Amino acid sequence: MSENYPALLVIVPLLSAFAIYACSWLHKKSCLPLAITGLSISFLISIGLLIKVLHRGPFSYHLGGWTPPWGIAYELDQINALVLLAVTTVALVNLIATGKEIERLFADRKGAFYALYLLFVVGLLGIVVTGDLFNLYVLLEIASITGYSLIAMGESARAPISSLNYVFMGTIGACFYLLGVGYMYIMTGSLNMADVRGLLPPLYHSSAILAAFIFCLVGVMIKMGFFPLHFWLPNAYTYAPSPAASLIAPLMTKVMAYVMIRLMVSVFSPSFVFSSISASRGIVWLACLAIIIGAVMALSQRDIRRMLTYIIVSEIGYIVGGAWLGNATAMSGAILHILNDALMTLCVFLAVGAVSRKLGRLYIEDLAGLFKKMPFTMAGFVAGGISIIGVPPTCGFFSKWYLILGAIEANNYGFVAALIISSLINVALFFRIIETAFMGNPHTAAIGHEWTSGIQEVSLTTLVPLLVVTTGLVILGIFSGVVVTQVIRPGLTGVF
Amino acid sequence: MASQYSLLPLFAVLTSLCAVPFIIFARSPNTREAVSFLAAGLKFAIVLSMLPAVLEGQKLVFTIVEVIPGAPLQLRVDAFGMLFALVSSSLWILTTAYSIGYMRGLSEHAQTRYFCFFALALSATIGVAFSANLLTLYLFYEMLSLATYPLVTHHQDEDARISGRKYLTYILGTSIGLVLPAMVYVYHLTGNLEFSVFGVLAHKASGPVLAAVLFCFIFGFAKAAIMPFHAWLPAAMVAPTPVSALLHAVAVVKVGVFSIARILLFTFGIRLLESFHLGTLVAYTASFTIIVASLIALSQDELKRRLAFSTISQLSYIVLGVSLLTPKGICGGLIHIAMHAFGKITLFFCAGAIFVATGKKYISEMAGIGRTMPVTMLCFFFGALSVIGLPPCGGFISKWYLALGTLQSQQMVFLIVLLSSSLLNAMYFLPIVYHAFFMGTVSGEASENLIREAPTWCLVPIVATALGSILLFFFPGIFLRLAALALQ
Repeated sequence: MSENYPALLVIVPLLSAFAIYACSWLHKKSCLPLAITGLSISFLISIGLLIKVLHRGPFSYHLGGWTPPWGIAYELDQINALVLLAVTTVALVNLIATGKEIERLFADRKGAFYALYLLFVVGLLGIVVTGDLFNLYVLLEIASITGYSLIAMGESARAPISSLNYVFMGTIGACFYLLGVGYMYIMTGSLNMADVRGLLPPLYHSSAILAAFIFCLVGVMIKMGFFPLHFWLPNAYTYAPSPAASLIAPLMTKVMAYVMIRLMVSVFSPSFVFSSISASRGIVWLACLAIIIGAVMALSQRDIRRMLTYIIVSEIGYIVGGAWLGNATAMSGAILHILNDALMTLCVFLAVGAVSRKLGRLYIEDLAGLFKKMPFTMAGFVAGGISIIGVPPTCGFFSKWYLILGAIEANNYGFVAALIISSLINVALFFRIIETAFMGNPHTAAIGHEWTSGIQEVSLTTLVPLLVVTTGLVILGIFSGVVVTQVIRPGLTGVF
Repeated sequence: MASQYSLLPLFAVLTSLCAVPFIIFARSPNTREAVSFLAAGLKFAIVLSMLPAVLEGQKLVFTIVEVIPGAPLQLRVDAFGMLFALVSSSLWILTTAYSIGYMRGLSEHAQTRYFCFFALALSATIGVAFSANLLTLYLFYEMLSLATYPLVTHHQDEDARISGRKYLTYILGTSIGLVLPAMVYVYHLTGNLEFSVFGVLAHKASGPVLAAVLFCFIFGFAKAAIMPFHAWLPAAMVAPTPVSALLHAVAVVKVGVFSIARILLFTFGIRLLESFHLGTLVAYTASFTIIVASLIALSQDELKRRLAFSTISQLSYIVLGVSLLTPKGICGGLIHIAMHAFGKITLFFCAGAIFVATGKKYISEMAGIGRTMPVTMLCFFFGALSVIGLPPCGGFISKWYLALGTLQSQQMVFLIVLLSSSLLNAMYFLPIVYHAFFMGTVSGEASENLIREAPTWCLVPIVATALGSILLFFFPGIFLRLAALALQ
């Protein structure tokens, strides 16, 4: 049984997705329990996989017993086991937290929503676990297409348009990636990552391989919303229905950032990435711009969810910059930040989703006096904000620590400055909201929501997951030392 | 120098943290405040129970978890930390009593929230005192910044909003903008963030780099209010007076100077600072703040603002003392943490008591107030004496050592700074007392018997801290011993 964990990880939610859709014709009530069960199994398997990898070291699993390079292999190492765990955790917690909201929003279409939700997760899990370049493309499209559809299901009239915009950009990104893979296939005759890695070194000077790498990189960067290729992102995530936003926003960009790191370390080698092509300095500068411009754009937003989407643009800058600084410390920081940012983003999006369920609109001034009405939700929001600012002992501090340390080691003080400045802007961003929610009086006549006296929290099914995530921020922070020394660093052995 | 594993430091930090849920869910205000008292007493008892071991030269250590290789979250009780913890935990008990009187006297809103964050702030303060390394210290320092924000902005009005912004901008802005990069850089140079009496930075970097890092710390710990990063302190005086008293005369600002002293003595180390003459540089920075803040204090009419500027100047005494790098100077600086705390908290308590009893905030309105509030104003007098540095109050002792320190370091200019500042202190405090007792008339009414003191809950703590100030003059022994042990 445990031998087949890698396959089950992906297949269980895949089959559940079909089962749910069938179920929505027969017995609508069992859709949500089915979806939760499917993701729970996936979640448990991802824990099992992480333990197994830590125990035995990296291993590969051959789908259907076909050996690579002909068959498709799933590769597991410490780092992607960690990312898998992050994906399943976020997907599961978000589903539990927003289940009620989904039932309310999509009473007649919920079969479709749950099925898309699970297929999206299947896509992401597959992307992370696969060891095959073309298989990655297929799964990337699965995740993207389901993502487009989830976003298009938003209530706002602008949802379909932003989704369409995302479709264009996403498709261009996917094409770039596919082109790159094509070039690599032409040159090496293989699609298996490990195999390609072995075949590439003699070809490092070929311009076709250079082109392949650049195509793949650009494709992935479009998908992760890396500045200046981020224009699709704010609209898509703002107008998505809130249960979908809190799934896609924490995961999609982060998984794509992981794919970039995967390409850099497992397909190409750092010696090629950092020395053969002299792009690293330029990309780190772009990352600095991403960080600063993302933060400044966030500052100019009135809608809180839109503000958070620009923070994502900025956070992606952290990860890309960390990955391209070219040392183990910064790379560890980037990988740690993938996990941390997934959790932080989930935390703030869940809180904001809960607030929007009450208020409908999410302009900063609408939150006046909200600490009196929704103290626990706001506490969760504050915790997420503090983590994004990077205050210890929340996890955001520790990834920032490794990133700054790595930048100092690489003598790149521009990146240090960018990180510090964006932290300072984040202080302004979050305390602007906290101040409004703390000082003002609940006055929401403008948006048609009348508060009655006393505390009016959202239901416990939302609150408990939110508080779990909040605690998770601190726990992950406190144990980040363990994560880095026991999991991430061993995963990077032989790389740097 | 034995290190001993012990859970006590952890308990000392956690007591007030654990009290928070009880405070939130207490059925009645009485239970809530009983819990606050209990936590305060327990915390003081735990701190006190560690005192004998510390006096024997032992260090109590507890490692929470290794978060970053070479920089674990670790608590360690040494003499310096003990000195600070002793001061803040003992004054917390009195402040709790005073808070009850003040908050009920003015029927303030949101008292539960107030007591909650008060407890959190104290946890963080003790955490700073017992931090074994820079990372742990930073963690508790930031926790304190965030926990005090709702206290500073307690009134939730426009003033509070503006002051809250200023508070956060200065405090978080500097700790993230200056301390964080400096801390990472120190870690980059040394691979650890330990506090050790020899410092960790020797032979690691050139003079200019060290100076830059040092000043990142000195200005970055803006809670110490060294100019030009002092403007948050007068602004934060919009808070309820017990908050100003404990947090802005004792806990918050002292956390700032405590952190600076830790950096100077335990990260850089005396020898390193001497070899690059960095001590003198810091001493000049502090001297500037001492004189300028005293001058500004002279012109303030609002009592709490005058006290705030006096605090800014007194904080720099501590930094000055430590940066003299002579045994007497360091001793004077460290015990000034205690002496100033008792003196200044008395003054703040008095300011609050006057406000509760009469609603007066401005010094110009306070002529003749000594006749209606004799006990309060008498205590004010002793508090003022202590801050000026005159016998029979504790402030004299610390100033004595500071003056000796300047002589020991043979830098007469700092002696002149100290003496002229004392003169300025006298100029801005003593007239208040004089006017209160000998000027003004309580018009019309039969003023002779009209004594209207603040509520007993307010008055008792005032008398206690004033007495404490006097007692410290006669029995400064414990703090002197701790200060002497600090560098061993």
